[in-house]
Amino acid sequence: MKLELQGITKAFGDFVANDSIDLVVEPGTVHTLLGENGAGKSTLMNVLFGLYEPTAGRILIDGEPVAFRGPGDAMAHGIGMVHQHFMLVPVFTVAENVALGDERTRAAGILDLEQTRRAVREVSERYGFNVDPDALVEDLPVGVQQRVEIIKALVRKADLLILDEPTAVLTPRETDELIDIIGQLKAAGTAIIFISHKLREVKAVSDTITVIRRGKVVGTADPGADATELASLMVGRAVDLSLGRQHSDGGDVSLEIRDLTVIDELGVPVLDHVDLDVRKGEILAVAGVQGNGQTELVEAIMGLTERTSGSIRLEGRELLGRSVKEIINSGVGYVPEDRSTDGVIGSFSIADNLVLNRYDRAPVAKGLALKPAFIAENAEEKVREFDIRTPSAQNTASTLSGGNQQKVVLAREFSRDLQLFIAAQPTRGVDVGSIEFLHRRILAERDKDIPVIVVSTELDEVAELGDRIAVLFHGRLMGIVPGNTSRDVLGLMMAGSTAEEALAEAGRSGRATTDSDEPQLPGGIA
Amino acid sequence: MSSPTRTPLQRLRRSGALVSVLAILASFIVGGLLIAFTDKATTAAAGYFFARPTDMLAAAWDAVAGAYAAMFRGAVFNYDATSFVGMVHPLTETLTAATPLLTAALGVAIAFRAGLFNIGAQGQLILGAIFSTWVGFTLELAWPLHLLLVVLGALLGGALWGGIVGWLKARTGAHEVILTIMLNYVALNLLGYLLNNALQREGSTNPVSPVVNASAQYPLLLGSDFRLHLGFLVAVAATAFAWWLMNRSTLGFEIRAVGANRAAARTSGIDTFKVTVLAMVIAGALAGLSGAAQVNGTEKFLSESIAASIGFDAITVALLGRSNPIGVFFAALLFGAFRAGGVTMQIATGTPIDIVLVVQSLIVLFIAAPPLVRAMFGLNDRREKKSKKPKRAAGAPATVGGDQ
Repeated sequence: MKLELQGITKAFGDFVANDSIDLVVEPGTVHTLLGENGAGKSTLMNVLFGLYEPTAGRILIDGEPVAFRGPGDAMAHGIGMVHQHFMLVPVFTVAENVALGDERTRAAGILDLEQTRRAVREVSERYGFNVDPDALVEDLPVGVQQRVEIIKALVRKADLLILDEPTAVLTPRETDELIDIIGQLKAAGTAIIFISHKLREVKAVSDTITVIRRGKVVGTADPGADATELASLMVGRAVDLSLGRQHSDGGDVSLEIRDLTVIDELGVPVLDHVDLDVRKGEILAVAGVQGNGQTELVEAIMGLTERTSGSIRLEGRELLGRSVKEIINSGVGYVPEDRSTDGVIGSFSIADNLVLNRYDRAPVAKGLALKPAFIAENAEEKVREFDIRTPSAQNTASTLSGGNQQKVVLAREFSRDLQLFIAAQPTRGVDVGSIEFLHRRILAERDKDIPVIVVSTELDEVAELGDRIAVLFHGRLMGIVPGNTSRDVLGLMMAGSTAEEALAEAGRSGRATTDSDEPQLPGGIA
Repeated sequence: MSSPTRTPLQRLRRSGALVSVLAILASFIVGGLLIAFTDKATTAAAGYFFARPTDMLAAAWDAVAGAYAAMFRGAVFNYDATSFVGMVHPLTETLTAATPLLTAALGVAIAFRAGLFNIGAQGQLILGAIFSTWVGFTLELAWPLHLLLVVLGALLGGALWGGIVGWLKARTGAHEVILTIMLNYVALNLLGYLLNNALQREGSTNPVSPVVNASAQYPLLLGSDFRLHLGFLVAVAATAFAWWLMNRSTLGFEIRAVGANRAAARTSGIDTFKVTVLAMVIAGALAGLSGAAQVNGTEKFLSESIAASIGFDAITVALLGRSNPIGVFFAALLFGAFRAGGVTMQIATGTPIDIVLVVQSLIVLFIAAPPLVRAMFGLNDRREKKSKKPKRAAGAPATVGGDQ
C-alpha cells in the first residue's frame, strides 16, 4: 500500500499542530518520523488514524483520496497502529484481545474464538513471533505484549503499520528483537511508519527519515547521516552533544542504604534487600527497565512509601520512618518521575509551585501568614535564572511545556541547601534543548560536593550522567558498575544478569566498556 | 506547546465569574418564561394568538415584569413605600436572610477547595444551633461575654460535626459525601430527640426550646424596625477571615494544594491527613456559626425547622461563588434577596414562590455546565470545541475548587 499525505494541516484554535505536512510512504519501507516531544508527530498520526479530522489537506491510499471518520475507517483501509501505551485487556488471552472489536462469529452470533486463534498462530508462525494465543496477556513480558499489538493489526490485514514510540518500554534486547521484526514485516511488503526521537534506533531501522519540528517538515535525512546532524535538524540549532564532563570518584560516603526492602499491597517485595552507598560529589545512576523497583527506591528515601524495612542513613541520620516534611527539611531535594502528578500543581501559579515545599518557613512565610511579596520576588528571580519560558510567573504551571515545568521543579529544589539530590527521570518528555540545560544543572550540583542519585530508564542518560551505575531488576540490585560500562553489559544486567555474568559474557565479545571517543548524546535522543 | 498570551477579552470569556453572571441571567430568562406560561392572562390571550399576537406578548411582558419588579421591591428597595423605613426595609431583610447562608456557604467553599464535597452544612449548622441554644438559655452571664460563649459554642458544635467527617475520611478513606449525608440525618434526629427531652421548653408540649436569654442574643443593628442583627457583621468578618485563610495563610496554601493535587501536595511534605481534618473542622465551625445566627439572631429559640434549607442552599451559594470567599459573599446576598423578594412577589402578583426555587436550581444547573452557558451566549471559542483533550477535570470538587 502506498500512502500519501498531502498538505495535512491540523489546528487547534490558533495553535497549529501540523502545518501542511507532505509525506509519502512506499510499501515495504520503513519511514521514520523524527521529532522532539510536542513537534506534532502524534497529532499527525492521530489524523492518519482517523482520531482527528484534518483542518486542511488530504490523505491518499494508492492514489485514491480517502476520508476517515474514526479508527474503524482507518483499519478498514489497512492502517494499523501500535500505541505507545498498549490497548490490551490484561485479563484476556491473546486470542481474546485480538478478537476484541473484530469478533468472528458462528451462526446466531456465537463467538468463534477458534478462527481468531488460528489467525494468531498463522501470523505468529509466519514472522516467528512465538506467541501462544491462549496465554493471558498480563502474564506476558512487555516485549511480547507489543507483539500482540502488532498481531492485532496484522490479523486485521494491515498493510501499513504505525509504531508510536515503540521502544520506550523495551529493554535493549527487546528493542533488538523489535528491529528484527520490523525487518521481516518490511520484507513481506508492509509499509511502516516508525515514530521515535532515539537516533540510534532510527538509524538502524529507517529507509527514509522525515524530521518534524514545530508542526512542520523541516527536512528529510538519510539514515546514514551523522547523529549530531540529525539532532541538530530535529532541534533546529547546533547541539553540543557532549557535556565535556569530568568523571568523579566522589568523596566520603554520605548516603548509606542497607537491606532496604519495600513490600507492595499484595505482600510482594518490589524492592528486595538493596544495599547502596552514594558518595559526596558523585552521581549514582540507577538504571533499569520501568517498573523494576526504581520508583520504590526513590519513594522509600523520600518517606512516601509504607511497608519498608532496612535502613537509609544520610550523614549518619536515619531517614526511614520520618515524615516527608522532615526528610525534605533535612536537605533532600527531589525531582519526582511523574512531573504532572507529583512535581507541580497544574492549577497553581508558577510562583506558588516554586515554593511548594517551603511555603511554611521563613523567608516564604512569617508565622501563619504567607509573604506574597517574597513569593513574587522569588518567582521573578527563578524564572530568570532557570530560563523558564513564560509571559508571567503568575500563570498557572499547566500552561508550561514539559521542559519548563521540569525547570520549575529543579529551580524549586535547588533553592534550598541540599544534602542529597534525587532526580527520577529528570528529562522524560522534555525537549532536547532543555535536556542539555537540566543535565548541566544536575552536574553543577554534583560539583558542589552533593551526593546525587539519577534514576533513568534511558541508557544514554545513565551513561551520560552516572559516575557509577546501579542496575535494578525485579527489585533486586544486579550490581554496581563504573560509569563507562558498555551498553551491552548494562542491557544484559537490565534483563536480569548480575554484573559479573554480564561482564563475562560481554568480555567474550570484547565490549565491556565504551570507547571514550564515541560521542555521547544527551540522554533520550541517542 | 505553550499557549500564546491571551487578550483580556479571551481571558474574560474563559473566566468563571462571567459564567456565574451568565448563569444567573439565563436562569432569570427561563424563570421569566415560566412566569409567562403559568400566568392566567397570558394563557387566555394565547387562545387568540394568531388573531392578535400582541395581546399575548403584552400580557406575558406584564406578568414577567410585574413579578420581577415585586421581587425587587421585596429584596432591595421598595419604591412604592411611603416611609423611609419601608423603603429600605427590604434590603435589610435580604442581609438578614443572607447571614446564615453566607457563613454556611463559606464552610462549604473551604471544604471544596480542599477537594472535599461537603454536603453536611445542614448537620453542622444544626449542631451549632444546638450548642448555641444550650449555652444561650442555661447560662446567666453579662451580655458581651455570654454572646461570645454562644458563638464559641456554635463554632465548637459545627467543628465537631465537620471534624468527624474529616477524621473518618482521612483515616479510613470513607467518602465524604456519604458521611456528610448520613451525619445530616443523625443531626436532624438528634435535634428532634433533644427538643422533646433535654432542650424542651418547660410547660410546652411542642418540640421547641426555651427562648435564649437577652444577654445571649445578637443585638439588633438598626433598631427594632429592622431584624438585621450583629450576626451579619460576624458573617462579614468570617468572610474576611476565610479570604485571608485561603489566600494568605500557610494553612490555606496547604488546603488548596491538597485540593488541587493531593499527590503533589504529599510529595511536597504536606500532611494530607492533618489538612483534611482541619479543612472539615473549619468548614463545620463556619456552618455552626450559621446556627448561632439563626437561634441567637432571628429566631431566639430552637425548633425542628431551625436549619430550614440553609445547609443545602449553602452548597448552591458556594458553587455560584466559585468557592471564592468574595464570590460567596455576593452569591449569599443574591440568595438572601431571593428569599426576601420571593415572598413579596407571591403576595403582590400571585406568582408562586416556587419560581424562585426553579431559578435557584437552574443557576446550579447552568453553573455545572459552563460550555452550555457559553454556547447560549455565543461565547465558546473554537479551540475548546474542537480540542479532544479535556481542559478541566470533570470531578465536581475539582471544578468548583479549580477557580481562584
